[in-house]
Amino acid sequence: MSEENKVTLQTALEQGLTEEEFNKACSILGRTPNFTELGVFALMWSEHCSYKSSKYHLKKFPTEGKAVVQGPGENAGVIDIGDGLVAVFKVESHNHPSYVEPYQGAATGVGGILRDVFTMGARPAANLNSLRFGEPGHKKTPHLVKGVVAGIGGYGNCMGIPTVGGEVYFDKSYNGNILVNAFTLGVCGIDEIFKAVASGVGNKVIYAGSRTGRDGIHGAGLLASKAFQEDAEEKRPTVQVGDPFQEKKLLEACLEVMRKKLIVGIQDMGAAGLSSSSLEMAGRAGTGIIMHLDRVPTREAGMTPYELMLSESQERMLIVAEPHMVDKVREVFEKWDLNAVEVGEVTDDGLLKLYMHDELVAEMPAAPLSEEAPVYKRPYSRPSWQSSLANLDLDKIPVPRNFNETFKKMISSANLCSREWVFNQYDSTVGTDTVFEPGYDAALMRVKGHPMGIAISSDCNSRYCYLDPRTGGKLAIIESARNVACTGARPIAFTNCLNFGNPEKPEIMWQFVEAVEGISDAAAALDTPVVSGNVSFYNETGDSGIKPTPTIVMVGVIEDINKAVGMKFVAQGDIIALLGTTRPELGGSEYLELIHGITAGLPPAVDLDRERNLHNLLINLSKEQIINSAHDISDGGLAIAIAECLLTDPVRLGADVKLESELRPDIALFGESQGRVIVSVSPDELNNLRKMAVRYGVECEVIGEVDISKTLNITLNSEKIISADMTDIYKSWSKKFAEIVGE
Amino acid sequence: MKCGVVVFPGSNCDRDTVYAVESAGGEAFYLWHKETNLRGADCIILPGGFAYGDYLRTGAIARFSPIMKSVIDFADKGGLVFGICNGFQVLLESGLLPGAMMINKTLKFLGQDIFIRVEETDTPYTHDYYQGSVLRIPVAHFEGNYYADGDTLNLLEKEERVIFRYCERDGKISEKGNLNGSLNNIAGICSENRRVLGMMPHPERASAPILGKSDGFAMWKSLLKYFGEVA
Repeated sequence: MSEENKVTLQTALEQGLTEEEFNKACSILGRTPNFTELGVFALMWSEHCSYKSSKYHLKKFPTEGKAVVQGPGENAGVIDIGDGLVAVFKVESHNHPSYVEPYQGAATGVGGILRDVFTMGARPAANLNSLRFGEPGHKKTPHLVKGVVAGIGGYGNCMGIPTVGGEVYFDKSYNGNILVNAFTLGVCGIDEIFKAVASGVGNKVIYAGSRTGRDGIHGAGLLASKAFQEDAEEKRPTVQVGDPFQEKKLLEACLEVMRKKLIVGIQDMGAAGLSSSSLEMAGRAGTGIIMHLDRVPTREAGMTPYELMLSESQERMLIVAEPHMVDKVREVFEKWDLNAVEVGEVTDDGLLKLYMHDELVAEMPAAPLSEEAPVYKRPYSRPSWQSSLANLDLDKIPVPRNFNETFKKMISSANLCSREWVFNQYDSTVGTDTVFEPGYDAALMRVKGHPMGIAISSDCNSRYCYLDPRTGGKLAIIESARNVACTGARPIAFTNCLNFGNPEKPEIMWQFVEAVEGISDAAAALDTPVVSGNVSFYNETGDSGIKPTPTIVMVGVIEDINKAVGMKFVAQGDIIALLGTTRPELGGSEYLELIHGITAGLPPAVDLDRERNLHNLLINLSKEQIINSAHDISDGGLAIAIAECLLTDPVRLGADVKLESELRPDIALFGESQGRVIVSVSPDELNNLRKMAVRYGVECEVIGEVDISKTLNITLNSEKIISADMTDIYKSWSKKFAEIVGE
Repeated sequence: MKCGVVVFPGSNCDRDTVYAVESAGGEAFYLWHKETNLRGADCIILPGGFAYGDYLRTGAIARFSPIMKSVIDFADKGGLVFGICNGFQVLLESGLLPGAMMINKTLKFLGQDIFIRVEETDTPYTHDYYQGSVLRIPVAHFEGNYYADGDTLNLLEKEERVIFRYCERDGKISEKGNLNGSLNNIAGICSENRRVLGMMPHPERASAPILGKSDGFAMWKSLLKYFGEVA
């Protein structure tokens, strides 16, 4: 075996392993690893690939349910959506690469998650993205926003997969560490799912897709496993470069070999490239793999085994096929002008053996590399400053004198303004399945030839999570589920991307553990298990970490898509009703931060039973076709939610709202109490709405009427406090985002 | 009516187009770009997408595909050829229609619903519309800013070959309604014999009531009627 570089503890430390991990690697091999083997260990045991800090806690998540076909552990999760079909989906982070090189970082994030879904056999049907940027005024923000949005569009648009929704938020905690979480959902027949297994001794291992280059070495895997220092710019060469055209061909070729049943298993080469794809496929099947690295198509001559195993070049797949199918597989890939090269074979010895020109260059046991990967129960403790955050003395916060001004300031603020500037750079209509386009509470996709629809919503309020991570975790689940239920769809399961700071700091680990507990509780109560996801730690630059941001993407199903409920008001004369109750809560609200500059207090309380009842009510209101619209009340509270029901291009309707409340007026208008939805209903259906609300134990209060004034009038306890021309509001609401990016 | 929908590597509206034709009652099948046999198609559709990744100029490589020689022969003999979005760009590159596409004046990808006005109804694709109708229809392109020299533009106008123009909601032709900056607000043009049509907006994406968009449906109905398959 070649010893191109002598490995010592020092080499291992430089590769990111600890001394303990290095010793463990030595004991698994029964000798000191050579340089190539060390590289593979370091990559596979990086935080990004091994989940070593989170694994122990992730066990708390509910993962089972009657609709779950495939839970966590595969490339993506799978749920049964009825009619013999499944939805395959996952969300994944690409935070650090996107900060270093926003266009390519975001683009390859989209490319990676698309591969995760189509490697399972499903044609991708929808992309969503959850984005977090620093303060609007920060010098880097416009550059990062423009690059990330263009990158997401550049990749998804070319692939012909619609980007149908997501979120964009600004907060100063992301100034030095933005978040780019990319989600893809695909659909296929329940009998068409493919798994990433290298089964069948003697079967051939085929490398397919783009050539391997030196890009992305120490990329996603290692870049995502350390906090940023000031040298972020120098890391640019570690970001991969995407080629959506190659991926589009790869998608078609992969689906073709799957549909023709030419292959046994398939896995995309994402983070950790050839290393993780080969080891994971062998590990899952309990087999071994031999690979001849000199047969791997490369972009440049002279690549070493180390470089070949660690490259994160994009648009590549590893395929296992029976020997007599190899030529047929190659034919399909050649039809699409893609490489498909036999590089090795499945063996029965459980070893990954790598050869270079017939010389053995690495030999590692496959299963132990993942199964015996280190697991850390890192210490965690509640930060000393946490209690002081809860202090909020409302008596010291002045009630605004002019609510019209406050309302206008809020609706045209960075976090509440229209995201059209972003969404209009995405192709949201390709595929001709997008029923609710970006801007709705949840995206809604039809499935051609079938009656059902799929609703998708991503959500996380990181301010809530910062103030109380456990409650914040619950809130992310219930709000994403409520958004799905507003369309009439039943929330089925979710995927998550847990974005946190450095887990080696006990206070960050505490945030993580608390958020996981909260997510688990809420998910169990709503019967919505997690089926896939990822953890992104080390979201820090220097010493400052991000606010904890556990992004949840909830997926639901509506049986009859023709009964889906939109969020906008539709007709003059319709009655506006509030489902749920406004409580004396203002902590962690957008209003407090934006108007008073305060981020404090406790987030709104969660009542999981009432929340579940509300969702069931919404689903049945849709089924019985009682209501004309439903919109979740979230950031900015009731006044902003009602305005959002009126913001259409052009504005056609107005609303006359009369509230009776003993609460402070700013709480009544802008408080963010949970479990509330604004619905509109025609007068002759009002009784049916009331009856059904009673049946589900949900408060239902008539608060106004839709009219054609194109004005939002809100009267509180007989005093008119907001009167806003919605055509004017539309202008400031829709133009704000362009201002943020300096256009 | 049989539509042959060409699949270039990178085409991504091929399936949508087949679905739309079929939903209108027509027959549609795929034609692989390496083929040369048009298999008896009555109408060839070049669908949207990013043929060959559009890494050179949009449509610049696709025109050299084996199938394009057959498509050009077909058009020369009076066959119906319909290019949508990237397909329009391929028609321009292959010389079946005059002009060229530049990057949108906004310098950004444009993915949203816009309005176009039906200027001429004497084509096999538009005779089921009323002249002057305003259609709400999606666009999705980075290079849709139509350009042609003055003589060509004059000729297109004189021969009434501008079939669709970008407009405002009420049909007004203005710069405001012309988001990509096309000369003369051109969204679609036809050949001299009016049988080759290219347009940037996507009628196949506006052909289903469930999507809240059906203003493009009459294009497929026009084609069916042209072939005498609908009363």
